[in-house]
Amino acid sequence: MSDADLTQKKRRTVWWLSFLVLGMFGFGFALVPLYDLLCQVTGIQSVNIRSTGSANAPYAANLKGVNESRFITIKFDASVHPNLPWEFAPVVRNLRVNPGKQYQVNFSAHNRSSSEVTGQAIPSVAPWQATGHLNKLECFCFNQQTLAGGESVEMPLRFMISPDLPKEISSLTLSYSLMKMEKPVVVQDKAKG
Amino acid sequence: MCRRLTTISRRFLLVAAIVSFQTAHAEYGINFPPPAADVAQEIYDIHMLTMQIATFLLLIVFSFVIYSLYFHRKSRGYPADQNFHNTWFGNWSWVMVPALVLGIDLTIASNADTVLKKVWEVPKGEKLMDVKVTGHQWWWEFDYLDYGIKVESRYIPEEKSGDLYLREVDNRLVLPTGTKIRFLHTSADVLHAFWVPELAFKKDAIPGYVTETWSELNREGVFRGQCAELCGTWHSRMPLVVESVPPEKFDAWVKQQQAIKVAAAEEASSSKAWSKNELITKGKELYETKCGACHQASGMGLPPAFPALNGSAIVNGPVADHLKIVINGKSGTAMQAWGSLNDLEIAAIVTYERNAWDNKSGDVVQPTDVKQAR
Amino acid sequence: MSYTTAINDDAHHHHNPTGWRRWLFSTNHKDIGTLYLLFALSMLFMGGASAMLIRAELFQPGIQLLDPDLYNNLVTNHALLMIFGAVMPAAAGLANWMIPLMIGAPDMALPRMNNLSFWILPAAGTMLILSFVVPFFPGGGSQINTGWTLYPPLSVQVGMSMDFLIFAIHLLGISSVLASINIIVTLLNMRAPGMTLMKMPMFCWTWLVTAFLLILVVPVLAGGVTMLLFDRHFGTSFFDAAGGGDPVLFQHLFWFFGHPEVYVLLLPSIGVLSHVIPTFSRKPLFGYKSMVGAMIAVATIGMVVWAHHQYTIGMSLGAVSYFMIGTIIISIPVGLMIFNFIATMWRGAMTFETPMLFAVAIIMMFTFGGLSGVMLAVVPADMQYHDSMFVVAHFHYVLMPGAVFGLFAGVFYWLPKWTGHMYDEKLAKIFFWVNVIGFNLTFFPQHFLGLAGMPRRIIDYNVMFTEFNVVSSIGAMIFGFSHLLLLYIVIKTIRGGEKATAQVWEGAKGLEWEVPSPPPFHTWETPPSIKQEQQ
Repeated sequence: MSDADLTQKKRRTVWWLSFLVLGMFGFGFALVPLYDLLCQVTGIQSVNIRSTGSANAPYAANLKGVNESRFITIKFDASVHPNLPWEFAPVVRNLRVNPGKQYQVNFSAHNRSSSEVTGQAIPSVAPWQATGHLNKLECFCFNQQTLAGGESVEMPLRFMISPDLPKEISSLTLSYSLMKMEKPVVVQDKAKG
Repeated sequence: MCRRLTTISRRFLLVAAIVSFQTAHAEYGINFPPPAADVAQEIYDIHMLTMQIATFLLLIVFSFVIYSLYFHRKSRGYPADQNFHNTWFGNWSWVMVPALVLGIDLTIASNADTVLKKVWEVPKGEKLMDVKVTGHQWWWEFDYLDYGIKVESRYIPEEKSGDLYLREVDNRLVLPTGTKIRFLHTSADVLHAFWVPELAFKKDAIPGYVTETWSELNREGVFRGQCAELCGTWHSRMPLVVESVPPEKFDAWVKQQQAIKVAAAEEASSSKAWSKNELITKGKELYETKCGACHQASGMGLPPAFPALNGSAIVNGPVADHLKIVINGKSGTAMQAWGSLNDLEIAAIVTYERNAWDNKSGDVVQPTDVKQAR
Repeated sequence: MSYTTAINDDAHHHHNPTGWRRWLFSTNHKDIGTLYLLFALSMLFMGGASAMLIRAELFQPGIQLLDPDLYNNLVTNHALLMIFGAVMPAAAGLANWMIPLMIGAPDMALPRMNNLSFWILPAAGTMLILSFVVPFFPGGGSQINTGWTLYPPLSVQVGMSMDFLIFAIHLLGISSVLASINIIVTLLNMRAPGMTLMKMPMFCWTWLVTAFLLILVVPVLAGGVTMLLFDRHFGTSFFDAAGGGDPVLFQHLFWFFGHPEVYVLLLPSIGVLSHVIPTFSRKPLFGYKSMVGAMIAVATIGMVVWAHHQYTIGMSLGAVSYFMIGTIIISIPVGLMIFNFIATMWRGAMTFETPMLFAVAIIMMFTFGGLSGVMLAVVPADMQYHDSMFVVAHFHYVLMPGAVFGLFAGVFYWLPKWTGHMYDEKLAKIFFWVNVIGFNLTFFPQHFLGLAGMPRRIIDYNVMFTEFNVVSSIGAMIFGFSHLLLLYIVIKTIRGGEKATAQVWEGAKGLEWEVPSPPPFHTWETPPSIKQEQQ
């Protein structure tokens, strides 16, 4: 093998290895959008999955009608992170509901500070197996919420528990974490779901 | 206790020699403490099973190695078998060994999978008690969602807790036996992890997530654990103490807590003007539980992360600025917002800070001032 | 094969710089290998010093020597110095020295890139040390109290030293990726005629797999810490739940790198063992092909089981079952490797020089660490073990024998080749015994601490944990100081000693033993021809 051949061969190896390196660096970033997909496929849980439920569960449930004989206790809860100067609590703490029926509950929010503050609520359902079966038709968590200084509001949540909720589950807890929005750039859009 | 140690040591083959070493402390352990729930017992059993399999395999490997070390030595004149790798054994061992290991793996995995399902299984029934466990830097908050009770749990300094230092808290997590309890884990700042070995599970507290675990205590007792996920400076000072009591006792405890809550709310909302001494006494106690971890009881802090309050420009400056930082925190630092405290509590803390140690401003901050400052 | 051709043609086409230029501008694989090894040795001492400070603090309950942030800073630094500063460069040093000698190549394929990949390291090391010391200067912000895992949101709270650390990780990553490219190109293109891949010495095979692993995972870590940097300074919310990100995503990115990294540390030492054990057993390696297969299997499975470091984050049943079974399955190829080593010793004619002593210690202790790894893989039980001292004990039992002792074995094995002098066998044996006893004394008791309920990374503990911590700390002092003896032995060997022959060890086989000890500046300028029946 001549020297030129060897150089040629080496160069080719270096090239494809470099592409591999760049590809893997890109893969790291691609994981950000791929993450939710990956989580759905593998069942790893992410903030998005927990809050929106799996993509395929929602509205088909409407067709199955109301199951009047089955009751499920649903509890509501909210934790406000210390840096968000809000009071936030469910007006009704728990409710017995029929699967397939729509319900509306309110959460009362009050901005303790004197300036305008924006918050984001991140919902979570326990047990996690029920996440895809709790359909939120209207929720303050779909968008960021801004309260003026001292403002108090009631925020509505309209939901329905799908009748195909696994039989062994008869008690659900819906928890919201409220966090302050401080950062200007939003990587993923929360407003879906 | 001694009995417990001996039973464990009998099981724990390798340790026999070391066991004789330990003497002094009552709560000494070399294995998991006795489980306090049925599922915890199964976790304990799977732990013992895998450990026994591992010990057995280790003994096999060691005996082959030691046999070989002794007999296959040049100094004993053993001739090297140059064709060992070409015998039938040499040619087929790459199938036999993995098959053997696979068999062992499957034994472990199938046993583990059964237990795993139970740990992960959704508890049935509507009578499910929800306890939300929130990790804070560096204390725990327990919310009994069904009773509207909130408990703040902090470590007790060594002077007061003695031998239980880092294993005892001011307010314990009181739980009833024989009740299915669902724990909801979340965090207010960084990652923490709930770990009480007798309950045999650990769960990370992640801001933005609410994850769940469950347990059903089968015996009374006091079970001690600690935060298990590095959460910053005082990670070591986040003990968890579960007090398991019979349901009747638990109900009494709930009533008592609810009464305390009502009384505190009344006190805070009364429009009474507080005297300086009242505020300072109240403030000292609150300061030492809530602020002392970082700023220290001495007010000297731990610079640079936690500045001293003694002689601090903010504490000795205008009241408004002082209130502002207490209520809103300071972003980008470990100073969190304390706005969730009520007006009276903040007034007491601020009054105390402005009159403690070498700070002699003489200011008295009333709850009404705090209300205005929000 | 004779060596004469190479010795004489030094003069006509090379100029050999002397003094500091020889090292700074070096493109010679042997010099760069030496530089790597010296760098690793200095980092080993720094990482060791931080470990001894940690253990000194834990000697008694209470806070005596350090403050909590400094303690956590040392914990962070110990891990990073050892992994990125000591083990990886030491393994790269062995690769640089030995791969061209073993495959009959005159040098690495890309000598100038080789120079670059080494000289990035001191810069990265400086950056790493700066991240440790910056907080001690006014305005330096808080210390890195996150541990090497750098989990947000805690790592977002840390001051500017975190930025130094992120850049240090970038530099270290670039350095190891460049070194890996170089090694792969060398191994694929520069082998002596007749040396097919399946005739390549095992050490080269292990490095080929390691280099591929590095190329696949290091860029992902680089991406992860870059996102962290953006979150800290540029207002993004990759890991901030309020802004639509996810703190757990970082953990996935980190462990996607972190788990294969374990095999990056481990495999080169497995390669060393595959030479040391046959040499001192005086018979060929048992199961060459199955060894190669097992190694590739370990690397492949190792890439897809990362989440077993995160069982407690709250995954679905399906996901944890998958990660549990995947992790347990790794015991199959690893078990095969251990089996092959024992079978190589079996019916051999063994002698026990220091490299062989280390090899035997590795087989026994690594098996122990591997088995506690199987225990950790079992999800329900891991709900207890996770983040306790049990984990600390486990991974030190895996990495210390699996990586560091393997490197020690390699250093003693090849030191006579590099320096031309035999090391002091008696001192080296003393070093071995003190080292191994110190190691076991340090880490064995930590299993019990973990089971009894002591979490890892705490500066202060309850009195109930005192006894085992005392034992562990005493062991750590013995273990730590024993390395001064290593330093003395190495210096003594470099400076003189009994002359080594070309073959050095009675049972040694392979191209590297055909060049004189020490090898001349240039070797294998005319490639040797391979005729021997491999295995």
